[in-house]
Amino acid sequence: MSKIQDFFQGKAYVLGDNIDTDQIIPAQYLTYNPAIPEEYKQFGKYALSSVPQAQAGLPKGHIPFHTDDEFVSPYKFIVAGKNFGCGSSREHAPVALDAAGIQVVIAQFYARIFFRNVVNGGYLVPFETGDRLCEKICTGDELRLETAATRLINLTTQEVFLLKPLGEVAPILQAGGIFPYARSMGMLKS
Amino acid sequence: MAQMTLTEKILAKHAGVPSVEPGQNIWIDVDILMTHDVCGPGTIGVFKKNFGPKAKVWDLNKVVIIPDHYIFTADRMANRNVDILREFVKEQNLPYFYDVGTDKYKGVCHIALPEEGHTRPGEVLLGTDSHTCTAGAFGEFATGIGNTDAGFVMGCGKLWLKVPPTMRFFFEGELPPYLMAKDLILAVIGDIGCDGATYQAMEFDGPGVFSLNIEERMTLCNMVIEAGGKNGVIAPDQTTFDFINSRNKSKLPYTPVYTDPGAKFCFEKSYKVGELQPVVAKPHSPDNKAFARELKGTKIDRAYIGSCTGGKITDFKAAAALLNGHTVKVDTFVVPATTEVARGLKTEKINGKTLEQVFLDAGAKIGEASCAACLGGPSDTFGRLNQPIRCISTTNRNYPGRMGHKEAEVFLASPLTVAASAMTGTITDPREFLS
Ligand code: SF4
Repeated sequence: MSKIQDFFQGKAYVLGDNIDTDQIIPAQYLTYNPAIPEEYKQFGKYALSSVPQAQAGLPKGHIPFHTDDEFVSPYKFIVAGKNFGCGSSREHAPVALDAAGIQVVIAQFYARIFFRNVVNGGYLVPFETGDRLCEKICTGDELRLETAATRLINLTTQEVFLLKPLGEVAPILQAGGIFPYARSMGMLKS
Repeated sequence: MAQMTLTEKILAKHAGVPSVEPGQNIWIDVDILMTHDVCGPGTIGVFKKNFGPKAKVWDLNKVVIIPDHYIFTADRMANRNVDILREFVKEQNLPYFYDVGTDKYKGVCHIALPEEGHTRPGEVLLGTDSHTCTAGAFGEFATGIGNTDAGFVMGCGKLWLKVPPTMRFFFEGELPPYLMAKDLILAVIGDIGCDGATYQAMEFDGPGVFSLNIEERMTLCNMVIEAGGKNGVIAPDQTTFDFINSRNKSKLPYTPVYTDPGAKFCFEKSYKVGELQPVVAKPHSPDNKAFARELKGTKIDRAYIGSCTGGKITDFKAAAALLNGHTVKVDTFVVPATTEVARGLKTEKINGKTLEQVFLDAGAKIGEASCAACLGGPSDTFGRLNQPIRCISTTNRNYPGRMGHKEAEVFLASPLTVAASAMTGTITDPREFLS
């Protein structure tokens, strides 16, 4: 099922550059199996738990993504700087963000494997931006995204930003991931 | 016909087309798919969900399963994951499974793959681990993928890929005795940044590369992912063929592929090896480059020699050559990447003493072959940084929390620099002991 909606609205959680997949989901939690639904939920609980306090929830930092016993965070958007999702290939990273209730990530650009995993697994919608939005948006700001127009409105400050179009990965995201996409293209028998 | 780089040529061949261009999206045929205990269970889940509970993998001989990450732990879930692999291997009748607790057990997948003859020039290797790029050292296209992609490949043997443009790094001259491949790759990452090769292929070339042994070439390619690279690659030569032919048990034929003269690179950089120095990547990023000399005197609490990057026989020989006859001043952990490397510690000698004896006499602790503390892992993992301490390590990543505690500080360096630092308890340029 595609995670693309016409509009997204919710609070932003802001992070800096080079947020690697070990920070998104630390290695000690990789023993849960994302293929088992009850264990999938656990990843939400530990999402972003290795981000150092000072970097957690910019610009001030020290804002927890969620409280220790929550599985889902109050945020729907992640806004980050450069090279989001670098490091380990673990698909548990997009799984953790999805399980925690994140619907959209907006970064300057992504590390390659994380981006593939997000798109091919159809977990959430990864937008890129020419602006350094992680310095223009604050954790807790209410955002609204008009998907087709790639228009991002900061409802807290009334600022408007234009994101980059999803481009060549849009059809895969619209299909809901690589499996439904490949079936629709006749690459896989349905 | 269009002039292509080594990477482009392999991809064109596996897409069944005469030529490809950077940026093009293509469907390729996969030669080997590797998975391990951390991503295997998820991959199997994706495979079954999409191809059906009774589905068979696309080719028995092309799926390789190597448990290596969470092995020597009491963690119930970690052990459950290895059980999921066992069940799957049995049900699918897979011949290439290196199970824990059997004499087939290997350890770290990226070193196990070539040792067991699963790497060949000109092939496409995909693995559910970002350091799958290590195998570019054998002149093949090797890269890391996630569970969904791997589940897809498992069922149909194909995957879509975007053809990366190739960056070329040329090393002039041969390495002086105080430098190792780790210094070269840390220098490159420090220069281009940990996003400097995002979506790109990194080809290593020049006499400085071709004079390296096969293990050192693996170290170079291993860390391309730390610059964001899609794959790293070194053209195959006699050193490659000698290694591959001695390991290629299945005697599968292979066709070496080379970059065409006149092929286009998107970036070129040349290094005079003799002018380079031992490099250390400071916390908390592999591109946070400094020279070991600049950090002289920085106190450390622990030294760690291991992983797919720095846990091969060449790495231990280098460290042992320095440590021989000395004692370590800080806790020092030695973790062979594979069981074959572990056996090598008992057989390889320096001045009549086995490497194992050198390490034990120096006061280091030796663990069992696996990933161990390279990625932290469960809290009872050998060498894990359970406290906010400072560690110098031959591993490949020092992002916050990577080796355990999120406030711990990890400095990445060559086995020589780590050994020299273990002997003094402070970060030390190996030249201080190599005069
Ligand atoms: S040794 Fe470290 S980097 Fe290599 S595969 Fe294991 S965890 Fe990954």
